[in-house]
Amino acid sequence: MASSCVQQLCRRSTSHLRSKTSCVTLLYSTHVQNHVAGVRTADKTNAGGDLIIHGNNSIFHASQTRQQVGVCYYSGYNASPLLPTEHRDTKELMSTDALSQIKDAQHLTETNARLDTDEAVYPSASEEITDKDASHTMVLSTLPSESSSLRDYVDESETLSKLVQLGVKLWKLEQRPNVGTMLLKLDFQTDVVPRLLFLKEMGVEDSGLAYILSDNPFILKEDLENLHARVNYLKSQKFSPETVASMVTRAPYLLNFSVKRLDNRLAFYQQQLGLNSSKTRGIVARLPRLLCGSLEPVKETLRVCKIELGFKENEIQHMVMLVPKLLTSNKRKLTQIFDYLHNTMKVQHHLIVKFPQVFNSRLLRIKERHLFLDYLGTAQYDSDQPNYISLDRLASLPDEAFCTEVASATLEDFIMFQKTM
Amino acid sequence: MAIRAIRKFRWVEGLFCVYKPPGVHWKLVRDRIETCILEGVNGTPSLPPGVRLLGPGRGPTELTLSASSLAAHPLVRGPEFRRIKVGVGHRLDASSSGVLVIGVGRGNKPLNDLYQMCCTRDYTLEGEFGFATDNFSRTGRIVERSTYDHVTRDKLEKVLAMLQQANQKALLIHSNVDMRSQEAYEMAVTGELGPQGKSPPILTGLRVTGFQPPFFTLELQCLNETQRYLRKVVHEIGLELRSTASCTAVRRTRDGPFTVDQALTRGQWTAAQVALTIQHYNNSKRQSRPLPAPAAL
Repeated sequence: MASSCVQQLCRRSTSHLRSKTSCVTLLYSTHVQNHVAGVRTADKTNAGGDLIIHGNNSIFHASQTRQQVGVCYYSGYNASPLLPTEHRDTKELMSTDALSQIKDAQHLTETNARLDTDEAVYPSASEEITDKDASHTMVLSTLPSESSSLRDYVDESETLSKLVQLGVKLWKLEQRPNVGTMLLKLDFQTDVVPRLLFLKEMGVEDSGLAYILSDNPFILKEDLENLHARVNYLKSQKFSPETVASMVTRAPYLLNFSVKRLDNRLAFYQQQLGLNSSKTRGIVARLPRLLCGSLEPVKETLRVCKIELGFKENEIQHMVMLVPKLLTSNKRKLTQIFDYLHNTMKVQHHLIVKFPQVFNSRLLRIKERHLFLDYLGTAQYDSDQPNYISLDRLASLPDEAFCTEVASATLEDFIMFQKTM
Repeated sequence: MAIRAIRKFRWVEGLFCVYKPPGVHWKLVRDRIETCILEGVNGTPSLPPGVRLLGPGRGPTELTLSASSLAAHPLVRGPEFRRIKVGVGHRLDASSSGVLVIGVGRGNKPLNDLYQMCCTRDYTLEGEFGFATDNFSRTGRIVERSTYDHVTRDKLEKVLAMLQQANQKALLIHSNVDMRSQEAYEMAVTGELGPQGKSPPILTGLRVTGFQPPFFTLELQCLNETQRYLRKVVHEIGLELRSTASCTAVRRTRDGPFTVDQALTRGQWTAAQVALTIQHYNNSKRQSRPLPAPAAL
């Protein structure tokens, strides 16, 4: 029985390969056919017959629980050379293992088919099959072998559905190259759960988990020992556990960097800014992405502040302690805002140092508001004079509050003034 | 029940105008408006019900499952609108400011028609006597300096009258109508005489609104212009007056039927405000339309 089954299986598969129409659909036929076009030749050259039988029975079980099937087949194109070994690594059900063996065997039969085209057998599609064979035929799976969206796999894949329930934005992740494939290949129990538990141990909130995974799905591929080592390093640098949790939540890529790199960065900031370790810790805790990005723009910004804008060392320290975001701001924006403040609005250095948040706002906003105050005659930025207006109120207040408190005018007047600029 | 995104989108479809601030490229304005409208039209996705993640030490983690299919969930499907068709009417270069007509979604078709239609635009130019630059504005390299004490308001008005005469001639030439025909007379009476389609820039109206030497302000109406051409006009006015002038500001106050009073400033670029403006415009259009004549009895 088995051998006849095998023969029929082989015949049908070869016929399917030649004539694309076949009313006898096998579970793996369409998928594997697409596979075969992209995959390298498998190494297996021993008896395909045993494998097929083995696979046949387990495929039958697999078709009844269709959960794991789509998982492996999606990964067909993107990482196809790795596919056979990947299957061996993940602890999937036996069926999926067997499915890959079926694929190899199928590939074998295809190569065999290519060799002996002269002796091909062409059974017709309207040939009657026995009841026994009919009971063994598989229902075609509705899962596509490749897709540009994770929507088609989310119901079937345990990993994806649990991620959605956590609140991870799958629609954003699937737009990034290779992330969708990676997520599908993960096994929930062995890959995702240990890392989620690790993050929870650290003190990350549930909402934070969704944010971290939406931004940095690659944390699920990091080695657990490495993650532990990095957190221990941060704790050894006297960051409190709550601080470490908040840093990881706000800079999701933090734990992807090696201990050496984190060490380098902390040392750089301490040395460049000339601050003691607790103050450096404070700055890094408030803006953890300082440890993630490149250091060249920061060096450039510090150079601009010192040389072009003429701030002294202690002034730069004071500004960075108040507003760490200065270190990562665009140097063109810094120079433009400073130029307008210093040369047009005639604001002294010491007042700019006192309110560095003015560098966070847009130049246009500062310009419009200054010109409005100038038009009203109340543009006074010298702290010694009466009716002094501080820079942070000029730049940071929302429009309504600015109009009523600072300019003593209505919002409509401000809008009308903006249209005369 | 939350309002569906597609309904919200229908409310913001149409034509409206914004005030482009100086120093900003028009494309950035268009992108910003698209982002603001998308924010307003898409809702925020909610978490599926029953999510709990127990910590270690309590056995395996527990995550309750929801019964419905997750493929339709907003976190999987994404926002309903990812991009919106936002079109821009006659463009303004980076240093000019003023009325910029924007069309959203189905409003892009009338925008196209408006663009093809030859309607005039109103500008306010601010000029300064005393120096001439290579790009006719203050940001260029100074090419020539001169005195301007001899310049008076009537000399300026004489030069403007001369310019208007030249432009009027150009208007008649480019209108492609025989001046001696009845058709030309009728068109001139109704005010439709003018170039239909492409033509060199033509100023249909020009006058001085402010004169405090060295600064002066002009107001003009024009067709088929570019902002660089308008700056060149200021430069040429300076040359005609035996002095030099350059343009410090170009401001568009009207583009076809859209005036600066209706324009939205940067603080008002939200979907709600845009919907309100379009609704207001539709209402006013409905009111100005004449009522249908009653059927003859």
